[in-house]
Amino acid sequence: MACLLAPMAEAIVVTVVKHVVKKKEKRQESGVTPSVSLPQKTGYSWSRKLSWLNQMLWGGVALLILEHVWHGEIVPWPPFLTAMNSPESTAVMLEEIATVGGAMVVFVTLVWFVVVMIADRRALSAARNASSLI
Amino acid sequence: MYLLMTAAAAVVATLLWRKNVGEDRHDFKFLSLVYWGAALMWLMDVVMVWPEEGLAAVEISLDASLLGLASVALGLLLWGVRRAMARRTVRAQ
Repeated sequence: MACLLAPMAEAIVVTVVKHVVKKKEKRQESGVTPSVSLPQKTGYSWSRKLSWLNQMLWGGVALLILEHVWHGEIVPWPPFLTAMNSPESTAVMLEEIATVGGAMVVFVTLVWFVVVMIADRRALSAARNASSLI
Repeated sequence: MYLLMTAAAAVVATLLWRKNVGEDRHDFKFLSLVYWGAALMWLMDVVMVWPEEGLAAVEISLDASLLGLASVALGLLLWGVRRAMARRTVRAQ
């Protein structure tokens, strides 16, 4: 119905957070704010890690929009969501956003978190190997 | 069906990305992340309705297959637009 609204909301938040983090990292690199430090133990910056989540979320949302248009759940005229035509279907839609949409948000974020952990470990072991060679 | 087709596209894009890792000039990483994002979301959709609908939740039909093809095509389109924009930025510099 409109489950994509939950990942879309997360994508908007992640986009904003990513821009803020990127600005902080740039300032840190240029030495303007040396006291501000972001947790970064490996070669991957947090803005880069967040961009992975961002691309997964926006990409997924774009393809889900196509699916909803295909099934006639999104239309090009107001209120855009056919589920909003009656209060009963709106209630069902809100429940679906909370359950299915919420599950999508949690699952995609969890997968991203696992990917970040693996990438961090790999980069850390690569750095250790490089330092042991010196 | 569109879940299976998008997941297959995600696997192919990931293999292409891993093959060119370190020098991913074609930005296959972006393509793989787009497909994985959609596949994971649709997987959750299927998991949530599975208790009520069972195997029907996977939607194996001609219409669902066409939607799968359209989804893969949209992913490629987004990737193409991103690549074109990146090339334009490089040229402008």
